[in-house]
Amino acid sequence: MEPAVKINNVSVTLGGHVAALKDVSLELPAGKTIGFIGPSGAGKTTLIRSIVGRLKLEQGSIEVFGQPAGSARLRRELSYMTQELSVYPDLTVQENLRYFAIMTGHPQGQAAAIVHEVLEAVDMRDKAGSLVSNLSGGQKQRASLAVALIGSPRLMVLDEPTVGLDPVLRDRLWKLFNHLASQGTSLIISSHSMDEASRCDDLVLIRGGEVIAHSSPEELRRRTGTKTIEQSFLKLVGGRE
Amino acid sequence: MSPAMTLATARRVMSQLRHDPRTLALLFVIPPVLLTVLKYVFQGAPQQFSGIAPMLLGIFPMVMMFLITSIATLRERTGGTLDRLMTMPVGKLDFILGYALAFSLVACLQAVITGTVMLGLLHVTVLGGTLPTLIGAVLAALLGTALGLFASAFARSEFQAVQFMPAFIFPQLLTCGLFAARDAMARPLQWFADVMPLTYSVDAMKQVTLHPNWTATHTKDLGIVVAYAVAALILGSVTIQRQEKG
Repeated sequence: MEPAVKINNVSVTLGGHVAALKDVSLELPAGKTIGFIGPSGAGKTTLIRSIVGRLKLEQGSIEVFGQPAGSARLRRELSYMTQELSVYPDLTVQENLRYFAIMTGHPQGQAAAIVHEVLEAVDMRDKAGSLVSNLSGGQKQRASLAVALIGSPRLMVLDEPTVGLDPVLRDRLWKLFNHLASQGTSLIISSHSMDEASRCDDLVLIRGGEVIAHSSPEELRRRTGTKTIEQSFLKLVGGRE
Repeated sequence: MSPAMTLATARRVMSQLRHDPRTLALLFVIPPVLLTVLKYVFQGAPQQFSGIAPMLLGIFPMVMMFLITSIATLRERTGGTLDRLMTMPVGKLDFILGYALAFSLVACLQAVITGTVMLGLLHVTVLGGTLPTLIGAVLAALLGTALGLFASAFARSEFQAVQFMPAFIFPQLLTCGLFAARDAMARPLQWFADVMPLTYSVDAMKQVTLHPNWTATHTKDLGIVVAYAVAALILGSVTIQRQEKG
């Protein structure tokens, strides 16, 4: 199957001197949950911003479904949930979703059905009329995730969607991610928590702007002879220093 | 560009304001209250008040919309919503015109309220009539919105954004002809006033106050205000980048 994302020799320097990504090359499979795992400051967000086309590449290239990252056609095929809230705190959940449904190119007439569908998916129908600013942290995050579900995009890029959530809710979201992947959606999910890594189909370990491993979680554990991804990570880093 | 997306953005911005009744109240209450206070400041010189009040109607909307827009768009830039929107099919122009539309409508309401108080309760006479007065106020608001959108690109925090008010607006306020006739100012300040947009917004209000007929100067003044607003909107759209540099 054609990969969802092809990254060729991408290097990014932020603010003119900080090397955020160093010669990253990756092929990310379609229809899978792909975890970008690494400590904060590793370059996960920079890589994500490059893939969704928010960052102009100076070196290297990225293709998403065969189109260069950032091209107009991709705006209808991918969704992006940023690390910041990226919904309007002074609107209700429903008003947010309606607005973003239209901004993703859906006609007014379909908006109500879409809002209903994504609220159902994140289990927030009872909070539809609440102002986002009045929600708890986890609810805010789910509202933001609901926006990323609008229009069933082929690729969902989620920057730390589960950070700070309680384990039950996190488990529920991972079930949703895996379900979406089984339906053919490609998902890129970043996290700095190693215990989430084992829930991905495909794993990219990132540290210091470099990809230090890319394989399935099982393969990684087997190759490094460790029991957990955290141990694999430590072993890989230890071998480098 | 898509009218549906422009309108949806305008509606969204208005919904945000609707959920913030305190801001709305401040927008609609402060200008008429200040005008009323001013009337009594000039108790001994009512003639002077009648000259100044309409000029203020060209200043209030501009200043308030400048502040509100620069904070609102700064929040979009820093809160992740602009990031998200820029990965969607919505055009930059839809985003910007949505803001311009929403705040112009708010300004209309503000102008109607302030204008009604000024003409009806404070008995200020404007020879040019009510409608031209309101048009001037709305265009001043459009100018404020456009400048606020543009200025927000240069602020990294809300602290900085509010400082743009003394930095961008106060110099124009001092030289626009409100405090002293422009031709009595030092020459370099006259040159400065000649290129600043608020000067023309205030001048348009002077024309409405003094002339029963629509004058050529009035048309020129409003034309310049609109030109500045359009230029600032275009520059504002340039500062919003689909793809940012690293």
